[in-house]
Amino acid sequence: MRVNFTVNGRPQQADDVWEGESLLYVLRERLGLPGSKNACEQGECGSCTVRLDGVPVCSCLVAAGQAEGREIVTVEGLAEHARQRAGGEDACGTSLDEARRWSPRGPGSQSDEGSTSPRATLAPLQQAFIDAGAVQCGFCTPGLLVAADEMLERNPNPTDADIREALSGNLCRCTGYEKIMDAVRLAAARQGEEA
Amino acid sequence: MPTNGAPTRITQGSHTRGGIGESTLRPDGTLKVTGEFAYASDMWHEDMLWGQILRSTVAHAEIVSIDTSEALATPGVYAVLTYDDLPTEVRHYGLEIQDTPVLAHGRVRHHGEPVAVVAADHPETARRAAARIRVEYRDLPVITDEASATAPAAVLLHENRTDPHAAHVRHPNIVHRQPIIRGDVERARRRADVIVEGEYVFGMQDQAFLGPESGLAVPAEDGGVDLYIATQWLHADLRQIAPVLGLPEDKIRMTLSGVGGAFGGREDLSMQIHACLLALRTGKPVKMVYNRFESFFGHVHRHPAKLYYEHGATHDGKLTHVKARIVLDGGAYASSSPAVVGNAASLGVGPYVIDDVDIEAVALYTNNPPCGAMRGFGAVQACFAYEAQMDKLAARLGMDPVEFRRLNAMSQGSLLPTGQVVDSPAPVAELLRRVKAMPLPPEQQWLVAGEEADVRQLPGGLSNTTHGEGVVRGIGYAVGIKNVGFSEGFDDYSTARVRLEAAGGEPVATVHTAMAEVGQGGVTVHAQIARTELGVAQVTILPADTRVGSAGSTSASRQTYVTGGAVRNACELVREQILERGRRRFGAHHPAWATAELLLEGGKVVTDGGEVLADLVDVLGDEAVEIEQEWRHRPTEPFDLRTGQGFGHVQYSFAAHRAVVEVDTELGLVKVIELACAQDVGKALNPLSVTGQIQGGTTQGLGVAVMEEIIVDPRTAKVRNPSFTDYLIPTILDTPTIPVDVLELADDHAPYGLRGVGEAPTLSSTPAVLAAIRNATGLELNRTPVRPEHLTGG
Repeated sequence: MRVNFTVNGRPQQADDVWEGESLLYVLRERLGLPGSKNACEQGECGSCTVRLDGVPVCSCLVAAGQAEGREIVTVEGLAEHARQRAGGEDACGTSLDEARRWSPRGPGSQSDEGSTSPRATLAPLQQAFIDAGAVQCGFCTPGLLVAADEMLERNPNPTDADIREALSGNLCRCTGYEKIMDAVRLAAARQGEEA
Repeated sequence: MPTNGAPTRITQGSHTRGGIGESTLRPDGTLKVTGEFAYASDMWHEDMLWGQILRSTVAHAEIVSIDTSEALATPGVYAVLTYDDLPTEVRHYGLEIQDTPVLAHGRVRHHGEPVAVVAADHPETARRAAARIRVEYRDLPVITDEASATAPAAVLLHENRTDPHAAHVRHPNIVHRQPIIRGDVERARRRADVIVEGEYVFGMQDQAFLGPESGLAVPAEDGGVDLYIATQWLHADLRQIAPVLGLPEDKIRMTLSGVGGAFGGREDLSMQIHACLLALRTGKPVKMVYNRFESFFGHVHRHPAKLYYEHGATHDGKLTHVKARIVLDGGAYASSSPAVVGNAASLGVGPYVIDDVDIEAVALYTNNPPCGAMRGFGAVQACFAYEAQMDKLAARLGMDPVEFRRLNAMSQGSLLPTGQVVDSPAPVAELLRRVKAMPLPPEQQWLVAGEEADVRQLPGGLSNTTHGEGVVRGIGYAVGIKNVGFSEGFDDYSTARVRLEAAGGEPVATVHTAMAEVGQGGVTVHAQIARTELGVAQVTILPADTRVGSAGSTSASRQTYVTGGAVRNACELVREQILERGRRRFGAHHPAWATAELLLEGGKVVTDGGEVLADLVDVLGDEAVEIEQEWRHRPTEPFDLRTGQGFGHVQYSFAAHRAVVEVDTELGLVKVIELACAQDVGKALNPLSVTGQIQGGTTQGLGVAVMEEIIVDPRTAKVRNPSFTDYLIPTILDTPTIPVDVLELADDHAPYGLRGVGEAPTLSSTPAVLAAIRNATGLELNRTPVRPEHLTGG
């Protein structure tokens, strides 16, 4: 079958989709968006979390056909999603703030990391995960970022118990979660400063 | 580039000085938060096929027949392979003993053993085709414990053993036996005023790394194969793969893909050979990705254990002796069981001074799932038991459990039961003091936020099972000792290639090793070492592959020590050449080139007095300096087979924990409130990463204390819970705050004085939680994990 949906603001079409394929499989294997991860494929670990019409879901449990005509945000679109939420600009435009930060080699140009990462600007939450040491193997990170970003959208000043409740569907095996807590607190604080 | 997801070099920028001791950020961090970091399961190749393994549905059986015809006839299927299709006479592999069949031959020995492999154009087609393979089994009796394994008429798991351990075990179903005999336990027992005994059970734990076993094998024009793979040790994989494929090692080019955690579970091969076989047979790239169900069958687990301990002490609280027997279930194949036995035996009394010791550790062959490496590696099971014994003894003596431990704690200069002198700091008493001195979390913290009880802070959590009724607090302590690096005479080296050149007017260092970055942050530390040693800002870390010499395994808390040591060593050699070149080119211009101590700092050659002699780029000119060199830590020796004496270990790592728990005594539910840790790390090369390692290791110890266990049916030896629905690992709600106190007492034998960090916190975490639950409930609790029925007596 053919499935049409919007992924990270862009209309997408997948052909020859077998009816049993999950949204996760179509994103990863047919659309070249492997950022959403396949750790359990049974809805227990949250590593495949994406937003489906705004709601965080385990994309491994969503049949691809169910996504027909709907809007999906994956970790690959998180930075752009955060930018739009912050500024509300059109996705194609350049914000004044962005223009001020522009440099010939792109943001982060002092670092050659830019050369491996063309998608330059990170969402504040993504930067907070790096800064706080919340990333080790990183396999849980995309799902956690999507889930935590959605929580911060609803609840910009979460208590620790709020953070733990919101992220309780996302397993991490490396960090013991302490630095993930730090990262979300840090992102919330930075968000508060900007507001 | 035809292969998507092949790793790219990671360069960290010049904005940071970023040498050792700083919490520099991960060079792969940006890729990991944007979703661009390519894990093994993300690999993609045009025209690739999907591989699928058919696994045995029974634990022990003869294979009467295999019929692949229906599977082969399935549209979209390109190949179906069984044992008879293997290309050479080498059809078994193994880390130490080559006893594991690539595909089952005439017999399966555990539930989920690979029997056949399929390649097809869609993963679902491959799965369905595998399900169409008809395998007829004739059941054999299952061996599941020591009694059934060592019965006189027991079926042998492996007949005609020729491995090095076969000669010294009393039954062929025992993989390896290591006694540790020191002093005279019988005589020491007569001095004891108090003797306590205990039998302990440690459940089977799974590594549960999140990134599933995966890889992509691409057949090459020269008849070889390119393998992109998630593993812990590329060269050990290569050594096992090549003879099975019948290819010289240089025709199998291995590149490390992104690894989603490991914790020991990727030491053994999983799908490596299968993917290569299918790729070579079909002439097409083959991708294999386990799902979670298969992952539970596709790697070894932590050995479940039964441990029998007798401890004695005098009235004034001095230990007299320990007698112990540790029985580890190795399952159907050896994996790293022999080394796990060595660890359990040699570290079996813990970080205490005891002159009279009689320990025996064995690993069994059974039809249970194969067990091997997991974080803590034999030391974990022993720590759970000896720390329970220490609490029992303290209680019998009427002493404080921390003071009793401190009274018997080893220190620098102490002897281990192996006769090995602990010749670097061993601050066991100090770690206990520190962890006890940390402030306690407030009582009834679920009321702190407001008047209503916040159920999220209580046992049972959002299930809303209590608002504080029946909830009792307990506090427990534990401390452990873990060896760092491969022990018992293993040639445990690593290799680093370091290049320094001028690029774009700046000096740039390039570090190339085969170290498996599995999440631990080795790539961060290597860049820090290169900056410190070469005084440059720009360091590029090349992808790990087999074009450079072996780095050894990302195991045994060893990579910062050993591959870090290799990187430092190679940097030193590069520095010598740079200075030599500088002397030749510029020596005539300034006498300090010949007379002063010279350093590389800030991209310049400077004297120890701080005078700048030259820019590195000018010394380098157009000609790079490149060194590849192996590096070894000091050698160890095997333990004597009869007495267990010997200089067996390279280094020790110590951590102590204090657990605070709240137990709903009516329902048997446990909430760990806080799990504080104090650890000596020698030197924290990256404090942020060190804390992350300690907190992560602590949490895995928490998991096996209260929830994690692979349940194997004792009648059928079949795994009953191979999923994250039924095998529970701690969520963020289950995990408490983990305050960490890091001590840095240098080990003069190690690079920068560092100590391996990753494993020690996994040891003491579990017994600390158990001690806290015992403290809350008054129950004896001789098994882990603790389940509600153990607390309610139900």
